[in-house]
Amino acid sequence: MHEAAATPAWVLLAYLISGVCFILALRGLSSPTSSRRGNYIGMVGMAIAVGTTLVVHIPTIRITPIATPSITRTDWKILAEILVAIIIGGSIGLVTARKIQMTAMPQLVAAFHSLVGMAAVLVGAAAFLNPEAFGITAQIPAFHPSPTSGCCFTGIARGSRVEMGLGVAIGAITFSGSVIAFLKLNGNMSGKPILLPLRHFINLGTLAAILGLIAYFTQDQSPWVFFTVVGLSFAIGFLLIIPIGGADMPVVISMLNSYSGWAAAAMGFTLHNSAMIITGALVGSSGAILSYIMCRAMNRSFISVIAGGFGAVSIGGDAAAIDRPYKRGSAEDAAFLMKQADQVIIVPGYGMAVSQAQHALKEMADKLKTEGVRVKYAIHPVAGRMPGHMNVLLAEANVPYDEVFELEDINSEFAQTDVAFVIGANDVTNPAAKTDKSSPIYGMPVLDVEKARTVLFVKRSMGGVGYAGVDNELFYRDNTMMLLADAKKMVEEIVKALG
Amino acid sequence: MDFISILSIFVLACFVGYYVVWSVTPALHTPLMSVTNAISSVIVVGALIAAAAAGSASSKWLGLLAVALASVNIFGGFAVTARMLAMYKKRERKDA
Repeated sequence: MHEAAATPAWVLLAYLISGVCFILALRGLSSPTSSRRGNYIGMVGMAIAVGTTLVVHIPTIRITPIATPSITRTDWKILAEILVAIIIGGSIGLVTARKIQMTAMPQLVAAFHSLVGMAAVLVGAAAFLNPEAFGITAQIPAFHPSPTSGCCFTGIARGSRVEMGLGVAIGAITFSGSVIAFLKLNGNMSGKPILLPLRHFINLGTLAAILGLIAYFTQDQSPWVFFTVVGLSFAIGFLLIIPIGGADMPVVISMLNSYSGWAAAAMGFTLHNSAMIITGALVGSSGAILSYIMCRAMNRSFISVIAGGFGAVSIGGDAAAIDRPYKRGSAEDAAFLMKQADQVIIVPGYGMAVSQAQHALKEMADKLKTEGVRVKYAIHPVAGRMPGHMNVLLAEANVPYDEVFELEDINSEFAQTDVAFVIGANDVTNPAAKTDKSSPIYGMPVLDVEKARTVLFVKRSMGGVGYAGVDNELFYRDNTMMLLADAKKMVEEIVKALG
Repeated sequence: MDFISILSIFVLACFVGYYVVWSVTPALHTPLMSVTNAISSVIVVGALIAAAAAGSASSKWLGLLAVALASVNIFGGFAVTARMLAMYKKRERKDA
């Protein structure tokens, strides 16, 4: 307590400045040109926060154990250990950041989220074991005052216990949830929803138990209470994510992003640290807004996504309709059609990421441009496995960002477009979302590709249906030509045919 | 700082976050996630306090481990964001 009260003003100011730097870092992302500077400002903010903490909490050794005031000197050993920890972690981070393939971005982000979650749990546990160091102790009235122990004992302040409990709980959920999200995205675990019987009952029960224990924690700071909260929170994070299917991952990953922020904020409350609180609030709202945008783009409520199970049961009636006639085309047909076009709009989806077709696609677009064709890209908000996934992949392939358009900005243009080239997307182009009230994706905003004069649809085979388990009406339209092959191979063949 | 001033900072920061994030262009949503990831590792502050404090060996080691984990995130998060942002380029001055 005394320590917290004695925090010098410059320290508070430094943390505030670092918080402002983080705000500016996010603000920079409003346009690609300002974003790079924003990222540097973020790094400066982090350096200020770390530097300030190290200066204020420089590890010391008491030379005279009993004397007051005690004489201390800097403990170089601990300082060195801290630096080693930073160097080890930092180099792992830098190497990973440099080597990671852009298509693996969703996994990487999930893995990073899990680390924030784990760090929050560790900090919470450290604060629980050594509350004096964090200045969160207080005189707590004892249950049974006795002449020997006195009326009170020194324990963790009650308010801090709540903040600490919430912080570790959210951190633990972030950790185990992100681990599952990582395994699903990385393909170590099937993207199919895993549905336990009575799962809603189990989940709500566990959640209630966690909250109850945190409340009880204010009365009894025994280790078992604290560590049961941690354990149950790990379990619920796991249980919450396993029933959620692969294509709902954009929501999950945004949600976990948000949780990692709230965990940091809760820790900030415990430590009375404004940099952590500001950052936590920023990250928390950022993740929440992204989840909202993703849910809106799928026309589903957040609750229904979190409840999971979507896409687990395919719609029986439509699966029988697989024998309907469709037009199949070759790479040469596609090349011919596109060469004649005034405007081609490319609609990429997760399939493009899976087959790494973005570079070939850029080459195709360049060839078309030399033929005088206007080429644009249309991105549905939930295309891919995380928000903005397609944009990053196209940027990686050197597609200029001013050729890439969001759904609202380009949807009206399909009617004046000669060819819509759909590659690896499915549900987001399904016209049934606009017309068929019985469809599970009814009401979801979709790209109006069918309004283009011709639709070229690259798909591995006719058998598989999209994530939602519904057949796509688009395949059987007169103006649709199916290009059945691996996305990358097909695009490469088209490039060849364009000559 | 008392609880109310901390709460005020938190609430106001939530509003700032709300307006700032809505102004982020959808094309940069992936870098947004990776950079928020990096900055939420400011939790390293707590880890450093634990690692530097005397009094509990287990608390110190938990702190050091947390410092290492958060460092992965800080360096990795900013670096991967920088790498992504470097890829976003405008059209090179020739339009059909």
